[in-house]
Amino acid sequence: MLTSPSDDTAKPAFVELDGVSLRYGEAQGTLALERVDASIRAGEFAAVVGPSGCGKSSLMKLVTGLLPPTAGTIQVAGAAVKGPLKIVGMAFQNPTLLPWRDTLSNTMLPLEIVQPHRGRLQRHKQEYVALARQLLASVGLAGFDDKQPWMLSGGMQQRASLCRALIHEPKLLMLDEPFAALDAFTREELWVVLQDLWLTRKFTCILVTHDLREAAYLADVIFVMSARPGRIIATHRIDLPRPRTLDMTFAPNFIDVVHQMRNQIGKARSDAREQSAAKVT
Amino acid sequence: MSRRRLELAMPWLVIAGLVVVWQGAVQLFAVRPFILPAPSAVVAAFLEYREPIMDHALFTLENTLTGFAIGIVIGVLLGIFIGSSRLVYAGLYPLLVGINSVPKAAIVPILVLWLGIGQPPAIATAFLLSFFPIAVNVATGLATVEPELEDVLRSLGATPLDVLRKVGLPRTMPYFFASLKVAITLAFVGAVISETIASNDGIGYLMLQSASQFRVPLMFAGLMVIAAMGIATYVIFAVLETRLTGWATRRQDTYFGGG
Repeated sequence: MLTSPSDDTAKPAFVELDGVSLRYGEAQGTLALERVDASIRAGEFAAVVGPSGCGKSSLMKLVTGLLPPTAGTIQVAGAAVKGPLKIVGMAFQNPTLLPWRDTLSNTMLPLEIVQPHRGRLQRHKQEYVALARQLLASVGLAGFDDKQPWMLSGGMQQRASLCRALIHEPKLLMLDEPFAALDAFTREELWVVLQDLWLTRKFTCILVTHDLREAAYLADVIFVMSARPGRIIATHRIDLPRPRTLDMTFAPNFIDVVHQMRNQIGKARSDAREQSAAKVT
Repeated sequence: MSRRRLELAMPWLVIAGLVVVWQGAVQLFAVRPFILPAPSAVVAAFLEYREPIMDHALFTLENTLTGFAIGIVIGVLLGIFIGSSRLVYAGLYPLLVGINSVPKAAIVPILVLWLGIGQPPAIATAFLLSFFPIAVNVATGLATVEPELEDVLRSLGATPLDVLRKVGLPRTMPYFFASLKVAITLAFVGAVISETIASNDGIGYLMLQSASQFRVPLMFAGLMVIAAMGIATYVIFAVLETRLTGWATRRQDTYFGGG
């Protein structure tokens, strides 16, 4: 069987959410997340899927400490999250490269901020430049170091954005629909790039996405969320061998998981519609 | 002549054409010199009085640049202050708009009361006119930083000062330089207004004096000099803008395809 119920409570968790709720504004504000429990082991690739507006992006802000939860606790690397974490790399749908910097210095931006690199950058410049060039080359951007972001295509910008998220070797990589704005073929190319990066660098990754094939191709564990207020309604483990190939995404067992998740989300959406209709009448 | 060179020559051709039409019209309709002097009379007046004109012009230039420099410092600091906090933005912005909508000519008498006549009120007026566009543009540049980018930096442990230095200020540069081009011309306006009302030196004073003596060609000569200075300083900041913030005016001719 391809999926199995989550039964890894014995192994130490790297990211642990325990009864996490998030309400925007005052007591009467919108409830974005409701009693979310999730556990992600070190080095694991997790994906969060769900209908739009289910609080996936809020979940990212909570885990990175950019937002405090209304209730519940969040632990990362064995410590409770109290403020913005410093061991995280992030990438978004919008590549957010700085237009006044070339690709290389865009990639190296985190080194100017994160210690101990920040203190070492000036004296060990050559060493860091070599590291950055190597990373850019590994995502297929060799020779584009000195190009300005607007000279790059959307897919290339997103590759550079991934490099920026990883240059300081974060323990945790948070991706918020990073490939949503790309065309289907470029997107699949970048799945492969991301999997390669993950296999060689062994970071823990949390990917928020609308794309169920993307989640199933990349992730070890997938959390399916309900419509607002977001709750985790199902957890799928994907036990396909690594490195996975794009061909695997057309195998019947892969399609079964995607289909199953599609139905779960479809039900969550129709439930939400019924609820809001009931509220009106 | 190629089209490109023609494009570069166009402003000069237009100016030359205007001067020719002006000269011709004055002579054709025999316009009296104290209504509208001919360009030749203006040039003659300039050559005759070039030393006092240049003295007055330099005085005006000095007031303008001093007021403008203070305007840059205060405008940038104020812009950073307003742009970095929504609360400050909400509190100060209406007040600033209110201050800016007061005609500055009406403030000069108050400035004279406080600062005396001559240079101090001229500098103060130049400053008052020039700081506003700078502050507003810097604040706008800072307020429009993408929230995702701020998240990226904050999740790296960046302090607000880091975010300002790495993202906020570089991002604000195009807005800042655009405002300088507006502010420098306004600074000239401010200095000349104040000199007209309360000064014994400067182009503003020269204009008022020559007007009271009906020396109209001299007035126009003063006007030409002030226009030339205004254009020159504008060009300096326009060149600086393209040199320093060329990234903001992207050219699409070197685009790499592919994923």
